[in-house]
Amino acid sequence: MRVTLIDYGAGNVTSVARALRRLGAEVSCTNRPKELTAAKCLILPGVGHCAALLSSLDAHALRQPLLDALAQATPFLGICLGLQALYESSEEAPDLSGLGLLQGRVTHLPLNVKIPHMGWNQLRSLHTSQLLKGISPEAYFYFAHSYAAPVAGSGSAAVCAHGRDFTAVLEQDRLFGVQFHPEKSGAPGAKLLENFLRIAA
Amino acid sequence: MSLAHRIIPCLDTDGSRVVKGVHFEGLRDAGDPVELAARYNVEGADELVVLDIAAVRDNRPTFLETIRRVAEQLSIPLAAGGGIRSLHDARAVVGAGADKITLNTAAVERPDLIGELSREFGAQAIVLAIDARRETDFWQVRVRGGRVATTLDAQDWARRGVELGAGEILLTSVDRDGTQSGFDVSLTSAISHCVSVPVIASGGAKIPQHFLEVFTTGSADAALAASIFHEKAQSIRALKSFLQANGVEVRLPC
Repeated sequence: MRVTLIDYGAGNVTSVARALRRLGAEVSCTNRPKELTAAKCLILPGVGHCAALLSSLDAHALRQPLLDALAQATPFLGICLGLQALYESSEEAPDLSGLGLLQGRVTHLPLNVKIPHMGWNQLRSLHTSQLLKGISPEAYFYFAHSYAAPVAGSGSAAVCAHGRDFTAVLEQDRLFGVQFHPEKSGAPGAKLLENFLRIAA
Repeated sequence: MSLAHRIIPCLDTDGSRVVKGVHFEGLRDAGDPVELAARYNVEGADELVVLDIAAVRDNRPTFLETIRRVAEQLSIPLAAGGGIRSLHDARAVVGAGADKITLNTAAVERPDLIGELSREFGAQAIVLAIDARRETDFWQVRVRGGRVATTLDAQDWARRGVELGAGEILLTSVDRDGTQSGFDVSLTSAISHCVSVPVIASGGAKIPQHFLEVFTTGSADAALAASIFHEKAQSIRALKSFLQANGVEVRLPC
């Protein structure tokens, strides 16, 4: 399976690439618009600041090619910020627009809990999920974030709670996203990536 | 369903080998970091910390290579630190495969370093390590491996570090470190209640009861230990089973 990782310069592409290669995937990392349009399957990893991701996509002229690829139903997995970028906007980067493929705004988690939401947490399933297939409902995944996506529409396949519920697993046609880091989530994380590769094949 | 309390083994290295010893004194070899990392990855560690306790300039390429080889073994997060004094140093550590950067002495000497790194990598990637020693009526921040006193109060410094952009506090009790007499629960509780970010307790762990105390009375979000894990005096799995049986949420592999 050939996977194209979008390397916009501020993400953790190395660890995601390593996790995919362990599963036998052929991984290429790119920030070139043409390679996005030609990709068989796309992953947008992300850590850090949402503004860094969105402005970097624009600086590399990747926004439109990415939207074109998604319009052609290229299988896509967004990780952490890569999921948050799919929404219309984020409170973390109020001056920039998100990719707008999903309705709603990414907002800060409530202040009555420790922020960042950091560590291993469990999910609550809302719909049958292809990404979570074969993974125990008790499984823990590794989270590290302060902002989170709303729970809205049929795309929210599973939620997690930290101060409030938020979308932890998103599935809508060929569009997938996870708020946690599967590449850092031990065996369940590897299984989730394997599921994505199988769906995308 | 809630956030699990984390158990974090720490690899203190001289750059390439894991060493054991209290603050540079009587250092002895405690194993290969890559072998230990591989073992902890499967034994249920929630995260790993690797530190260059010598932090000698000439040694940097060796330490970066150690980070790279350790990261290759892991499917859990990795924090690395020791001798990170600039954005340039931090980029090298992150580039080698670390998910988080721990800052200690360099942040005390130049607090703005915290913000510089936080803006580049995000608060979730910046761990402020604080070595604290009990004085009569406060906890004093110590630097250079706990040997040198500062004028900082640990609670003030923790709050300031979070304001500047730290996303986590790694809190070591200088009094307890190496003693195996239990975590400093009152220190941990004091810091945990004065900041909004997670606190990792460190220094003094020996038996499962010590971990239970620091998670309950101490309000720690994570607990770190080194030699008891390296020497197999305590298995991570047995420790987590004990904590779960005592009502502490932990991640057991399933």
